[in-house]
Amino acid sequence: MPEKKSNTPNRRQFLTGAAGGALLASAVNPAAVLAAAKENQAPNVADWSRYLGDGVVENPYGVPSEYEAHVVRRTVEWLTATRESSICFTPLQDLHGFITPNGLCFERHHGGVAHVNPDDFQLMVHGMVDKPLIFSLEDLKRFPAENKFHFLECAANSGMEWHGAQLNSVQYTNGMIHCVQYTGVSLRTLLNECGVSSKGKWLHVEGGDSAGMNRSLPMDKALDDCMVAYAMNGEMLRPENGYPLRLVVPGWEGNLWIKWLRRIEVGDQPWHAREETAKYTDLMPTGKARRFTWVMEPKSIITSPSPEKPVLQKGVQNITGLAWSGQGKVKRVDISVDGGKNWRPAKLHGPIMEKCMTRFSYEWDWNGNPALLESRAIDDTGYVQPTIKQLREIRGAESIYHNNSIQTWHVNEKGVVDNVQTR
Amino acid sequence: MFKHAKIFIAVALGAFLSLSAASAKDKTYGLGRTATPEEIAGWDIDVRPDGQGLPKGSGNALQGEEVFAEKCAVCHGDFGEGVDNYPVLAGGQGTLLSNQPVKTVGSYWPYVSTVWDYIYRAMPFGDAQSLSPDEVYAVTAYILNMNDIIEDDFDLNQDNLADIKMPNVENFYMDDRKKENKKYRKACMKNCAKEVVIESWAKNIDVTPEDEQE
Repeated sequence: MPEKKSNTPNRRQFLTGAAGGALLASAVNPAAVLAAAKENQAPNVADWSRYLGDGVVENPYGVPSEYEAHVVRRTVEWLTATRESSICFTPLQDLHGFITPNGLCFERHHGGVAHVNPDDFQLMVHGMVDKPLIFSLEDLKRFPAENKFHFLECAANSGMEWHGAQLNSVQYTNGMIHCVQYTGVSLRTLLNECGVSSKGKWLHVEGGDSAGMNRSLPMDKALDDCMVAYAMNGEMLRPENGYPLRLVVPGWEGNLWIKWLRRIEVGDQPWHAREETAKYTDLMPTGKARRFTWVMEPKSIITSPSPEKPVLQKGVQNITGLAWSGQGKVKRVDISVDGGKNWRPAKLHGPIMEKCMTRFSYEWDWNGNPALLESRAIDDTGYVQPTIKQLREIRGAESIYHNNSIQTWHVNEKGVVDNVQTR
Repeated sequence: MFKHAKIFIAVALGAFLSLSAASAKDKTYGLGRTATPEEIAGWDIDVRPDGQGLPKGSGNALQGEEVFAEKCAVCHGDFGEGVDNYPVLAGGQGTLLSNQPVKTVGSYWPYVSTVWDYIYRAMPFGDAQSLSPDEVYAVTAYILNMNDIIEDDFDLNQDNLADIKMPNVENFYMDDRKKENKKYRKACMKNCAKEVVIESWAKNIDVTPEDEQE
């Protein structure tokens, strides 16, 4: 964030001696802060209503209001050994609608953010193809473009909650997800350009970062709805999201969405890379592990109220949150305010799209008594989001990945919200 | 008359179908340029469980120990025990059924090829693709030796790597959640539970990061 923002109030303080004096006083006397704030409210006329504001291009690339400085990605330092191979979380509690702003999309890197010069960028496609090809970024932009909205969720989202409620936050329990509009080329078009052999059943997809992130992607999925994207939310990808090219694998775990994509090899078998054997396999209570657990199953989360967004007063509340399914569209979201004893359907806010986030809301009249808030997503396959108890009965508590269970928020009589698990 | 119309529709439909079949064979755009064998060889580093992709070379655990001590031990520890939060590479056998499973190369990884592939592409952390094939064979051999899978003088090479069977290889199976998911199809709306008991509170564990005071 640029420092220059702070110059503006200083200049204005200088120009308006009285306001400057009030601010100075406020630094030593908290009561004066309130007094100063009220000077901006009716019947008084605020400074911003009287004096000129910033000129154009004060910020050639715009930044959020200085009053929204708390809306940031955050990390949990104790989770990982180093920040270059680590994760940070989307502040779901401060989002509106279903789109994640680019600067707030959670990050997961395995070897730090690669800063790729687009002039040097190459995508190599080879293996079991008629014509092994290298594409420049300009080549890729000349293909017919697609624009698609999709969520991207890390398979480990809510992974810290398998043993019990652990992180007291919606950002940390559920923030390994974002939802943006991608622009790029369908993988089908790209593969067709190279002429895939009928024996080609798998793709080895590889990133150009220092981890050389690699995964095996089955051909059926590649030809179905995958794409290589160079833009998100109307601008080129951010470096932390794979600039200048990433794979988009709708509805499937984020680890497959290779960033800084440099190479696609067509083959007849999977490669069993580290990230699909040592990691991203789901250890079951039998001691055996599921592998190739790609699909992100239906899930929902109440983002407000939440530990970050306490209930401020009795009376009408807007319970709101996000729901998604890697299998299709969100069909319904139910809300419970009594820990799952009774449920009522929430209102879904359109557009409702395949493998995309859907915003929901529910009007709740809070009487001031403790409550247990839950949301439950149902998708168009009829899948009903399970409880953590249901998942543990089958999967135990050591599978790390794919915890799509119902989240429970406890609201106490003061409106404080806590992450709890119930039975 | 009616009959003729039907035939006409059938013919028209047939023409339409064959047309759409033709257009389903996607168009090509003549974009991109041919990747040369030299270019492909420089980037094609992946290795499969059957050994496809392994370059020529060899190394044993005794040689690997030296490379490991110099380039790997700072994070993984001299014996693969892992420093701080860095991955543990050895041991963990017999822990997969416990509530603290230790998933190492020896206790969990199904294929040796994955070890080779990962070391060659991504290690040492922050200096990727700096090890020679011989060094990668040697370090792989050292990690296998620490896990009691091969002897310390076993020369690992491109011809024998795929033959080494990892202890946990049989314990992986294809995602079968579709079967499990049949359980998750009922959405009870009223009186779904008699009582709800809180089992755990995140605040009692107290590991949630707090924003620093500004």
